[in-house]
Amino acid sequence: MLAVNFLLLSAALFCFGVYGVIARKNAVMVLMSIELILNSVNLNLVAFALMNDNIDGQVFALFVIAVAAAEVGVGLGMVLMIYRNRRSISLDELSEMKG
Amino acid sequence: MSGLILASDVNVAQNVGFYIIAAMMLVGAFRVVTTNNVVHAALWLVVVLGGVAAQYILAAAEFVAVSQVMVYIGAVMVLFLFGIMLTRATIGHEDEMNNKGWGVGVPVALLLFGMLSWVVIDQYRDDVITELPAERIASSTQRISDGYLGDYLVPLIALSFVLLAAAIGSIVLARKD
Repeated sequence: MLAVNFLLLSAALFCFGVYGVIARKNAVMVLMSIELILNSVNLNLVAFALMNDNIDGQVFALFVIAVAAAEVGVGLGMVLMIYRNRRSISLDELSEMKG
Repeated sequence: MSGLILASDVNVAQNVGFYIIAAMMLVGAFRVVTTNNVVHAALWLVVVLGGVAAQYILAAAEFVAVSQVMVYIGAVMVLFLFGIMLTRATIGHEDEMNNKGWGVGVPVALLLFGMLSWVVIDQYRDDVITELPAERIASSTQRISDGYLGDYLVPLIALSFVLLAAAIGSIVLARKD
């Protein structure tokens, strides 16, 4: 198994996630793209754990999984609140804080 | 770079599995960020997350793979589907899912991928991951638990507080009153 395989795959996933965060209008879709980014980081951590024969990478990956679960919960709660107040979750309409 | 395609000196079955799963994941990720249907995006995300779990198994991280399936495919996807159902009046195709400036995302993503792959290939051009002995792989879950209850005990407790705060916070945010 070549080391670059895992790293290039996770780089590609990361870039898809970055594109999604920039391009998407729906807030739920942006959260999904953030999940792509977090998963690519996890894949990197596990690959480095394998390369160095060190378990710390897997421990970090599990930490990231737990934090991602918390992030999705809070994020969707916020999206729900925005939807309830504005009847829309389009991110380009949220411009009250513009100067 | 030729080893990237052929990889003749390494485990062939592992590589074939890797490339099949990787192709599936890339198609899934592409559809997640391009489809115009929110529910389809969530289902394509399942493909990507399942592929990541399969890659963990290939990378000899069984415990992380099982956690990935339970947490992401089990819990996070249900949360996403609930979020879609609670925030959308019409479930289905929608004409305009992208921002007005979505075109900026393409060069940014391509540039980022070019830079990342250049760095990765420059650093790890021909590094082959040596296969671990079986008993080393079999003890990985035990070593994870040793890490959690040893060096990483304080971060683990801190993480439990983060989860508690997130649970209470999302209840407070989403409550109707």
